[in-house]
Amino acid sequence: MAFFIITIIKALLIVFVFITVVAYLVWVERKVIAHVQVRMGPSRVGPHGLLQPLADLVKLITKEGVLPPHVNTVFYLLAPLLAVFMSLISISVIPFGTQITIGPYTTSMQLTDLNIGILLILAVSSLGVYGIALGGWSSNNKYALLGGLRSSAQMISYELPMSLAIVSPLLIVGTLSLRQIANAQAGYNFGFLPKWTAISGPFPQIFAFIIFMIAAFAETNRIPFDLPEAENELVAGFHVEYSSMAFAAFSTAEYANMITVCCVATLLFLGGWHPLWPAAYGSDFLAPLIFFVTGAVCVYHGINPARPFDRYTLPVFGLLFFGLAGLMSVPFLVPVLMPLFWFLAKVGFLLFVFIWIRATLPRLRYDQLMGFAWKFLFPAALLNLLITGFLVALTS
Amino acid sequence: MDLAFFIVFATIAVISAVNVVLQRHPIASALSLVGVMGAIALLYLQLGAEFLAMAQIIVYAGAVMVLFIFVIMLLNAGAEVRRGRSWTAQLLGIPALAVFTGLICWYFQRGFGNAGEVKFGGFTGGSAQGVGYALFTDYLLPFEVTSVLILVAIVGAIVLARKEMD
Repeated sequence: MAFFIITIIKALLIVFVFITVVAYLVWVERKVIAHVQVRMGPSRVGPHGLLQPLADLVKLITKEGVLPPHVNTVFYLLAPLLAVFMSLISISVIPFGTQITIGPYTTSMQLTDLNIGILLILAVSSLGVYGIALGGWSSNNKYALLGGLRSSAQMISYELPMSLAIVSPLLIVGTLSLRQIANAQAGYNFGFLPKWTAISGPFPQIFAFIIFMIAAFAETNRIPFDLPEAENELVAGFHVEYSSMAFAAFSTAEYANMITVCCVATLLFLGGWHPLWPAAYGSDFLAPLIFFVTGAVCVYHGINPARPFDRYTLPVFGLLFFGLAGLMSVPFLVPVLMPLFWFLAKVGFLLFVFIWIRATLPRLRYDQLMGFAWKFLFPAALLNLLITGFLVALTS
Repeated sequence: MDLAFFIVFATIAVISAVNVVLQRHPIASALSLVGVMGAIALLYLQLGAEFLAMAQIIVYAGAVMVLFIFVIMLLNAGAEVRRGRSWTAQLLGIPALAVFTGLICWYFQRGFGNAGEVKFGGFTGGSAQGVGYALFTDYLLPFEVTSVLILVAIVGAIVLARKEMD
């Protein structure tokens, strides 16, 4: 009985946090891109535009959901549901950290630890293409159809190098459970170099990591591979006929997929929640230090405000960061919070790379996209797998 | 519990399979086929063949059926027009179905009549390690022959496509 209650609590918590993070990822993306382009970004709703996701949500809910008369109604309504379901399922097998013990109950920071976790993520992400393809087709619109076609062709093509890139670290760690994959990368070479598969093992998987990330961009339909929704040629691609919450479902699915892919890359290549350098050299003190410095910067700018409202908002943020720094340095919380901090820091860094590239690179042409997948990425992934397999067989 | 899950997923599989034939639009038929694949994968999962279940979803539901739907979308095939059945189909359809069902029942009764009840968790050889070990020890020859067969199919497809192009 305790198991069921704990699982329900964990499920609710994970769904709530995940949806919130998805909503705020949009804010982060707009803010980061704005700063890359020397703009302010959202700044009207709440301090520094922090309530913008809430405003967007209210706007999307209160808008009229238009059902165009020329669509295939069943599939038109089914497609966003499929897309959002498939993107939310995969988070259930992602481990975020080690164990938590509250009173007599011990539970791991993960909804469920399947021994085929990585396969489940692959299966669910390969089903996610139905949402986009069906949405494009059932809209009965030439732009939407082209977007749907492009997206299914692109996802099938990039799934190949992605799967091959996933297989090579799996050969090294020798398990399919995501928790065991992360645990296999604990420890340090020469006392300080982490045993992450990206930089250690018989053959460093740095190429597999790069191939995985490139394919992940295509799988999540992000710039420079966002051909399915290329706005200068296809208006908005597969979701051109969608409005209101159906449109929100597609964009939720895209951002949720982005987070999942970054979690998988962290677990497979970047050692999950294991810190960059050993705790003996003080990796536990990094998190309080970062939060303390951030808090101090906030307080300083609150005292010398650039804009009138900063006098009131920034000290509050400063206090929040000081609180986090204090929380991170409480001794009995460190074993729980440090893995979580390192995991979230790596995922956050990869998400930042996603946004950074969106602000930097132009979109590819369609034939370039396909040629790149089949003529370069696929052979490169195959070669990497061959070398890895050979070296693993030699050293084991 | 096992029986309840089995009945749920088996019913979904059968209904989807019938729906593949009954639907008039090719996309609806293809999606029903995805439903069949998914339900069968869940039945595999229930039997303890977890790797096979996921491979079923990745390969059939995630790759093969996506290609089917891709082709249907590309050709923009509309709903098929119902024509009247031929007199042989009208006359022999139901008797032939009855005979086939009877044959299958008879075969299972003969072959597996005294088999025990299947228990959830009774079979544990379905992990990735188990399947890989079986493939590369007991079933190495069929495995390699299958891969050669697939290679032949790819080469054949390319030859046919090139003839079209020239």
